Amino acid sequence: MKYLDEYRDGALAQKLAAEIHRVTTKPWTIMEVCGGQTHAIVKFGIDELLPQQIELIHGPGCPVCVTPLEVIDKALEIAARPEVIFTSFGDMLRVPGSTTDLLSVKAKGGDVRIVYSPLDAVKIARENPNKEVVFFGVGFETTAPATAMAVYQASQLGLKNFSMLISHVLVPPAIEALMSSPTCRVQGFLAAGHVCAVMGYEEYLPLAKKYRVPIVVTGFEPLDILHGILMVVRQLEAGRAEVENQYVRAVNQAGNRTAQDLVKKIFKIVPRKWRGVGEIPQSGLGLGDAYAGFDADKKFGLTDRLVDEPAECVAGQILQGLKKPHECGAFGGKCTPEHPLGATMVSSEGACAAYYRYRRHETIAKLKP
Amino acid sequence: MNILDFSATCPVPIAKYPQVMMAHGGGGTLMHQLLRDVFGKAFSNPILDAAHDSAQFAVPPGKLAMTTDSYVVRPIFFPGGDIGSMAVHGTVNDLAMSGARPLYLSCGFIIEEGLPMETLWRVVCSMRDAARRCGVKIVTGDTKVVDKGKGDGLFINTTGIGVMEHSLAIGPQNVQPGDAVIVSGDLGRHGMAIMAVRDGLEFESAIESDSAPVVEPVLALIKSGIAIRCLRDLTRGGLASALNEIAEAAGVKIAVEQNSIPVRPDVNAACEMLGLDALHVANEGRLVAFVAKEDAAKTLKILAGFSVSANAASIGSVVEKSEPLVVLRSAIGANRILDMPSGEQLPRIC
Repeated sequence: MKYLDEYRDGALAQKLAAEIHRVTTKPWTIMEVCGGQTHAIVKFGIDELLPQQIELIHGPGCPVCVTPLEVIDKALEIAARPEVIFTSFGDMLRVPGSTTDLLSVKAKGGDVRIVYSPLDAVKIARENPNKEVVFFGVGFETTAPATAMAVYQASQLGLKNFSMLISHVLVPPAIEALMSSPTCRVQGFLAAGHVCAVMGYEEYLPLAKKYRVPIVVTGFEPLDILHGILMVVRQLEAGRAEVENQYVRAVNQAGNRTAQDLVKKIFKIVPRKWRGVGEIPQSGLGLGDAYAGFDADKKFGLTDRLVDEPAECVAGQILQGLKKPHECGAFGGKCTPEHPLGATMVSSEGACAAYYRYRRHETIAKLKP
Repeated sequence: MNILDFSATCPVPIAKYPQVMMAHGGGGTLMHQLLRDVFGKAFSNPILDAAHDSAQFAVPPGKLAMTTDSYVVRPIFFPGGDIGSMAVHGTVNDLAMSGARPLYLSCGFIIEEGLPMETLWRVVCSMRDAARRCGVKIVTGDTKVVDKGKGDGLFINTTGIGVMEHSLAIGPQNVQPGDAVIVSGDLGRHGMAIMAVRDGLEFESAIESDSAPVVEPVLALIKSGIAIRCLRDLTRGGLASALNEIAEAAGVKIAVEQNSIPVRPDVNAACEMLGLDALHVANEGRLVAFVAKEDAAKTLKILAGFSVSANAASIGSVVEKSEPLVVLRSAIGANRILDMPSGEQLPRIC
């Protein structure tokens, strides 16, 4: 397939891997921020091609995983209401709240619909004027412009039966929170290419400087990721700490100004709780005051909910790179994709689910053909 | 004969009954008219025409195979097929997985009140044509009409009986280390075709379902003396589920190569866009065959001779007796577990 197969070439992958082996002289710990990259790493077995000294830590970049429990609970409560059509991206449906999940609410008669774009939710609202249509707005900077456009369109159309349950999050504050933690082990970052396609990478420059950490904006295909790792290792080996762009075919320094302007117009920056991490200041997007009428939280009177996470789940340590999924006692036993304890097991982009799915029985001997 | 000819108008006087009504299932005149003029006319054969409460037929020598399946696909018509042809192909294919020649089908219709009569007629014609193509007779059936809102247009159940004219023991217990793993064609088309129409996804080209009977190539393999160890219809859960089920039942490790598995570029693109794995997506006219290593080339040659299996490919082998395990060698040459999909396939957020 054009623009994909070129970046999955086995021979080129082996060449890049050989180059990484050649330049690596010390152990390095690198975090891929984005869940999409985690998914590709395990799906293609990229980490198997790397030298032993290189450890990949799967970062907090899965929007499904980091959506806090209380927001899921709010979603469940809203979706169960008879007057509501609740719309969401597909993989939010399986995420467990405190008691149940959206798929179960649907089974009990809730009108829960998968949409592929927030604009589809606006369309549903236009077609169902007697229903309250709610969209579950989650995701990083990548999906924020589409959510913003939906709010903008709804406002232009004067829709009164449309609202959003928003849990948008931002990458740079999360990197800042990770790097300022005394337990942080990360020495280099693969920044999420698609986030940067929207935002550019100017905001990463002060982070690289302040924490002396290389940050390489990286794509999502196997050759992108191997190339990104190679660029980080080269910096680490040379003692450099710069922002570099591996994903030049999609990202430039300034990003997509139109999308940024729209996000700025609709949203304001707010503190946000991350599931498994806790509250990170200035790390979320909430609806701006002019668009507060589209806030489902307010519309359904659900503000000020707080829920504690199950103590057994170590999703927080996994999202912070302090533990690997299989180091958790519940992994694969009490906690599976069918019965997830925490959200990192739910989304196929979650680190635990990715490990479970692609590495369940792994021992090196067994994987040898 | 043009087997896709829908032009013959519906024999039930549509002007009078443009929709199926509760009375069409009520046991009276309307129901008899429906049975006689729609089902009886389309499926006519001596066994059905006897119009008895049960079909009567002689049993040919050999073991019999029997299977049943219910079809609830939505929408009823989709690119590449419809619920009627699917209800024939699916059940016939299940029989073929035993190496059986399909003989007879039963069909049960659950119709929601209000279904356009024209729609029913088109589905019935499609079943008729599919049955002819598969060499199978529909010999008995049942019709129920349920209240508006209590069904989803139309559900069909078919049960099939076939005769096994061979002495092979086809099943996962016969899978042995060294066996070749062969798929009969490109994967993932049915699932993506349905998802595209159901969710209104607009891809540049329509992906059409692969719904088709695989009986002929299977019978040809048997006739040519291929030692078939195991066959599996690749329906829901796709190749990944089938391989895991077989690894589990046989107690073996199976290794397959991503680059050898045929997936059409448009299907691949749609899967990539939605964050799905083509190996988890449903098919309706594809099988995986386990055959002795020395039979692999001959198997591929025979499969290539049928249009439904023209793109058959050898994708891997059974490695050894072991804890059940399916290993996929990825496009970049690294190994990973190919696991069963968990629950419903949900499109990913980004």
